[in-house]
Amino acid sequence: MFALLGISPQQLFQQLLVGLINGSFYALLSLGLSVIFGMLNIVNFAHGALYMMGAFAAYFLLNLLGLNYWFALVLAPLIVGAFGALLERVLLRRLAGLDPLYSLLLTFGLALVIQGLFQNFFGSSGLPYAMPSQLTGATNLGFMFLPIYRGWVVVFSAVVCFSTWFLIEKTRLGAYLRAATENPTLVRAFGINVPRMITLTYAFGIGLAALAGVLAAPIYQVRPAMGADIISVVFAVVVIGGMGSILGSIVTGFALGIIEGLTKVFYPEASNTVVFVIMAFVLLIRPAGLFGRTA
Amino acid sequence: MKSTCLSALMASLLLTTAAFADDKIVKLGELDDQSGLYADSGGPGSVLSVNMAVEDSGLRAKGWTIDVISADHQNKPDLAANIARQWFDVDKVDAIIGVQNSGTALAVTSVAKEKNGVFLDSGAASSDLTGKACNANMIHWAYDTYALANGTGKALVKEGGDSWFFITADYAFGHALQRDTSAVVEANGGKVVGSANVPLNTPDFSSFLLQAQSSKAKVIGLANAGGDTTNSIKQAHEFGIVEGGQKLAALLTFISNVHALGLDVAQGLTLTSTFYWDMNDGTRAFSKRWSERMKSHAEPTMVQAGDYASTLHYLKALEALGGNPHDGAKVVAKMKELPTDDPLFGKGTIRIDGRKIHPAYLFEVKKPSESKYPWDYYKLLATIPADEAFRPLAQSECPLVKK
Repeated sequence: MFALLGISPQQLFQQLLVGLINGSFYALLSLGLSVIFGMLNIVNFAHGALYMMGAFAAYFLLNLLGLNYWFALVLAPLIVGAFGALLERVLLRRLAGLDPLYSLLLTFGLALVIQGLFQNFFGSSGLPYAMPSQLTGATNLGFMFLPIYRGWVVVFSAVVCFSTWFLIEKTRLGAYLRAATENPTLVRAFGINVPRMITLTYAFGIGLAALAGVLAAPIYQVRPAMGADIISVVFAVVVIGGMGSILGSIVTGFALGIIEGLTKVFYPEASNTVVFVIMAFVLLIRPAGLFGRTA
Repeated sequence: MKSTCLSALMASLLLTTAAFADDKIVKLGELDDQSGLYADSGGPGSVLSVNMAVEDSGLRAKGWTIDVISADHQNKPDLAANIARQWFDVDKVDAIIGVQNSGTALAVTSVAKEKNGVFLDSGAASSDLTGKACNANMIHWAYDTYALANGTGKALVKEGGDSWFFITADYAFGHALQRDTSAVVEANGGKVVGSANVPLNTPDFSSFLLQAQSSKAKVIGLANAGGDTTNSIKQAHEFGIVEGGQKLAALLTFISNVHALGLDVAQGLTLTSTFYWDMNDGTRAFSKRWSERMKSHAEPTMVQAGDYASTLHYLKALEALGGNPHDGAKVVAKMKELPTDDPLFGKGTIRIDGRKIHPAYLFEVKKPSESKYPWDYYKLLATIPADEAFRPLAQSECPLVKK
C-alpha cells in the first residue's frame, strides 16, 4: 500500500504526527470559539487577536518581569481572560439578544484594531521567544525525530480540551451554564447570577485562546499577524464540526490537522485550501456541520 | 460662498499654469506590502527611504514640488495593478517605487510600460523583471534571484553541498529563485534531489522540513522570504536539521529576519546581500539618520537602501533633464545614461535591460559572542565584484538587449 502511495511508512507516520500537532492548535482555538458561540451566541472574530495577545503576554512576562514559560502558561490566560471579561462587560453585553451578526461585526472590528495597534508598536516580523529549557531537544521515536516541545503541545492540549468538554457536558456547573443559555430568566429565578456567569464564560473562552498563544510562542514567531493567519482556518474547523458543538470542535480540530498534514506530502500547493474545500462539501451535505444539531 | 468658490477656482488655475510653466512638479508613489509578512523589510521603512531621498536630493530648495504617497498592495497582484493604474491615470504619479513580492512587481511593470510611467523596484527578487518581462520603463535596483543564487548557491556547492532539496514559496518569486539556484548548483557539479512548493504565508513548515530531512540532501534551500523564512529556520532548529548534518541555505534573508530570529537561532547562516548598514562610513551615516526616524529603531535592509538610492538617482536624472517631462521612458533612458553614485551602493551603472549593477557580498551571521553592539550581525566572507554579481547580458532573454 505504501509503495502505491509513493511514500514510506516512516514518512507517513511522521506526517500524521506533525498533523496532530497542528491539530492541537486548531482544537484549542476552535474549542474556545465553540464555548463562546454555544453558550453565549457570540461569533467571536476577535479570537485570533486574543490568541496573539496570549503569545505577546508570554513574551512580556519573560522580558519585562523575568517570569518564565511555566508562569506564562498560567498567567497569560488569566491576564488576557481578564481583558476578555472587560470587553464583554463594556461592549459585547450591549449586543445581547441581537442577531449574532452584530457581535460578529463588533469583534471583527476589535480584531483589526488590536492587530493594528500591535503592528504599529512591534512591526510585522515578530519577536523571538525561547523554548523552555526543560522541553528543548528531541527524542528519536524510531520513525522520526520528535521535538519534545511538540509532544508536550499535543498531550497538554488534549488534556485541556477533554477537561473542558467534561466540565461543560458532565458537571453541575456545566449544567447551570447550559440551562442559562436555554432560559436565562428561569435560571435567574433559582438565584444564579446569570450576567456574571456569561462574563466568566466569555473570559474562559478567551483564556483558552491565550493559552494556545503561549503554546505557540516558542514554535512560531510572536507576531501581530499570527492570529489573523490562523483564524480563518479555525472558523472553518468550527463550521465543519458544527457551530457550538464542543466535542465536534475538538474532534474536527485534530482531524483537520491530520488531513492538512497529509495534503502537505501529496500535494503541498493545496495545503492551505484543503480545509476550505472540506468545509464546502460538509456544508453541502450536512449544513449544520458534522456534530451540529439542526435548529 | 461665491467668492470662496471663485478664489478656489483662481488658485487652481494658477497652480495648473505654474505646472506648465516650469514643470518642476513630481509625484512619487511607494507601493508595497505595508502590513503583512514582508512589511518589515520594506513597507513603512521604504516610505521613509523615499522621503529621505527627496529631502537629500535638495530639489525642493531649488523650487521643485515633490510629493510622496504610499499604498498597501497586500501581496495581491490584481490589487497592485489596480493601484498602479489609478496612480498613473488619476493621481498623476510619475514614478512607483518599492514593490516587494515578485508577483505584484510583474503586474506593476506591465502597467508602467502601458502607461509610460517609471517603475523603480528594489523589493522584488525575480530576475525575470530584467529578463523576459523587461521593458524600457523599469529599473531593478537592489538585488535579484540570479545574484542570490550566484552568491549563496555557488559558495555552498564549493563547500561540498552538492545535493539540494528546495522548500519553495509557491509563486513567481519562489519559482524564479529555485530555477536560478538549481542552474548554479548544476553548473557547479551538484544536483537537485527534490522540492516542495509551499503556499505563501504558511505558519508551520514541519511537514516540509521532514520531507527535506528524509531526502538526505546535503543542503536545504529555502526559496522563500520574510516571515516564511524566519519560521522555516526556527522550526528547522527545533527538528535538529542542522545538528543532523544538513545545511540550511536561506537564499533570501534580510537583516530584519535575522533580527527577528535572534542570533542564537540564526548564527552560522550564509547569505547574500548587496547592502549592509555597517559596511562603511557612508552606510553607517545613512543608517543612523534612518534608524532615528523609525519607530522600531531598526537598521535598514537592502530593499530599503535600494529604494533610497533609486529615488535619489531618479531625481538626479530629472534635474539633468531640467524639468519633469512626464515621459517615463525618457526619464529611465536618462537614468541609464548617467553613472550612479550614492553612499549606499557606491559607484555603479544601469544596464540596457534595466538591471542596476553593483557588487554583492557574501555574509555569515555572527555568533552571539561575536556581536558587540545592537544589530552587529554580519561578518563579510567574500565580495562578488559588480561584473560577476548579476546575470551577464549574453544570457539575457530581455527583448531590449540586441544580440
